[in-house]
Amino acid sequence: MSDLLTTPLNALHLELGARMVPFAGYSMPVQYPTGLMAEHHHTRTAAGLFDVSHMGQLKLIGPNAAAAFETLVPVDVIDLPVGKQRYGLLLTDEGTIIDDLMFFNQGNDTLFVIVNGACKAGDIAHIQARIGGRCQVVPMPDHALLALQGPQATTALARLAPGVDKLVFMTGGSFTIPGCDCFVTRSGYTGEDGFEISVPAAQADTLARALLAQPEVKPIGLGARNSLRLEAGLCLYGNDIDTTTTPSEASLNWAIQKVRRTGGARAGGFPGADKVLAQINDPATLPRKRVGLVALERVPVREHTELQSTDGQKIGEVTSGLLGPTVDKPVAMGYVAPAFAAVGTRVNAIVRGKAVPMEVAAMPFTPARYHRG
Amino acid sequence: MTVKYSKDHEWIDISDHEAATVGITLHAQDALGDVVFVDLPEVGKTYAQGEVAGVVESVKAAADVYMPVSGEIVEVNEALRADPSLANSDPMGAGWFFKVLVKDMEQFDQLMDEPAYAEFAKNA
Repeated sequence: MSDLLTTPLNALHLELGARMVPFAGYSMPVQYPTGLMAEHHHTRTAAGLFDVSHMGQLKLIGPNAAAAFETLVPVDVIDLPVGKQRYGLLLTDEGTIIDDLMFFNQGNDTLFVIVNGACKAGDIAHIQARIGGRCQVVPMPDHALLALQGPQATTALARLAPGVDKLVFMTGGSFTIPGCDCFVTRSGYTGEDGFEISVPAAQADTLARALLAQPEVKPIGLGARNSLRLEAGLCLYGNDIDTTTTPSEASLNWAIQKVRRTGGARAGGFPGADKVLAQINDPATLPRKRVGLVALERVPVREHTELQSTDGQKIGEVTSGLLGPTVDKPVAMGYVAPAFAAVGTRVNAIVRGKAVPMEVAAMPFTPARYHRG
Repeated sequence: MTVKYSKDHEWIDISDHEAATVGITLHAQDALGDVVFVDLPEVGKTYAQGEVAGVVESVKAAADVYMPVSGEIVEVNEALRADPSLANSDPMGAGWFFKVLVKDMEQFDQLMDEPAYAEFAKNA
């Protein structure tokens, strides 16, 4: 355990009685004394505070930063307006997913990028190697990242930072929250309205305590973060997407804007473009597809569970699954052969040798409640 | 001493001479978190000591339930099946898992007593 890194909120987690586990090389709170289920429900009904400081933050700076970054991702970076955020994917030359990420156009030729904790060292090396000659690649290890999520997140945060309520989903700006130099985006990974707040590490404890002092806010661990994101239909890198999956296989075509697709003004020009665009143009070539699944019996179906057709042929595998606390049903996502990907298709999950009937379902499993203005 | 404990964090109570009652310990339910599902063994089936006889799952994890002693299952807790959270709220009582006819009392005698288990759980 001694080689684990800690976040700037480590002392606070211990003080709050968190159960700490290793995650992405960090000692992280998996749950607090109230427990995963209560934390999950609290986030869906009030507001939850998450320490996500293990995630990687970096800036890409320079007049060519957007154009350079576009050569690494299949999404529209150049036309992203100042003050807006977008979801992106770093791809291998084979068109598979190195990581998924969020990037924000801060103006002044600066992109602010947030990547997954377990991938950050590799991502930064990859970005540096590919485009380090065209823009500055500036990691931000001196910054913490907090997420405040839930239907009362805005009420709680606006009390400390008037004006954050004016932000809409996937926009952001700089705010001083109480005395801390924060960069706030209205986004998150729970399916709820909420914010992610980047703050200098030295100020993170002050900010977290100020947020926890709000009556709506309770601390939430990684356990509930996982159940919340799965109900929201959002991928967990390493489970649901990795360097063996392409964007189309992962049902992430929505993240690839028209301008980067065949016939678009800046079509292609990203790693693996031939394969990625061919799969978008001819979905019949897909070997498998990520789908949502709901079990028809109350049996949790977990990652790596085999999926079979009703006549007993192996058709795929579950990549994430649990009993969704809000939907109150076992939910999962996984990959199936395309013939079984239509919503409503009946399949079987083989749990401890027994067939558990499941149905392919639309995601999210709980309605997204983003504030789109 | 009518209650003993296994290294797999189950308790077994032989105070009822007809059949011993088995459940998971306070430590086990705490480590798992909110229990949302149990898979119970089949009544009438005989299991060897150490064999998997059931499953207990929280939102974040699944754990096997092992037979602390060899024997035949004579009853399972249907109330627990209907409300798995009983394993959290009353693990040593209403949250029991199943009842077993103990085949070999020596297996029971060799399990840990409460002080020994408390020490074992502390280091687990």
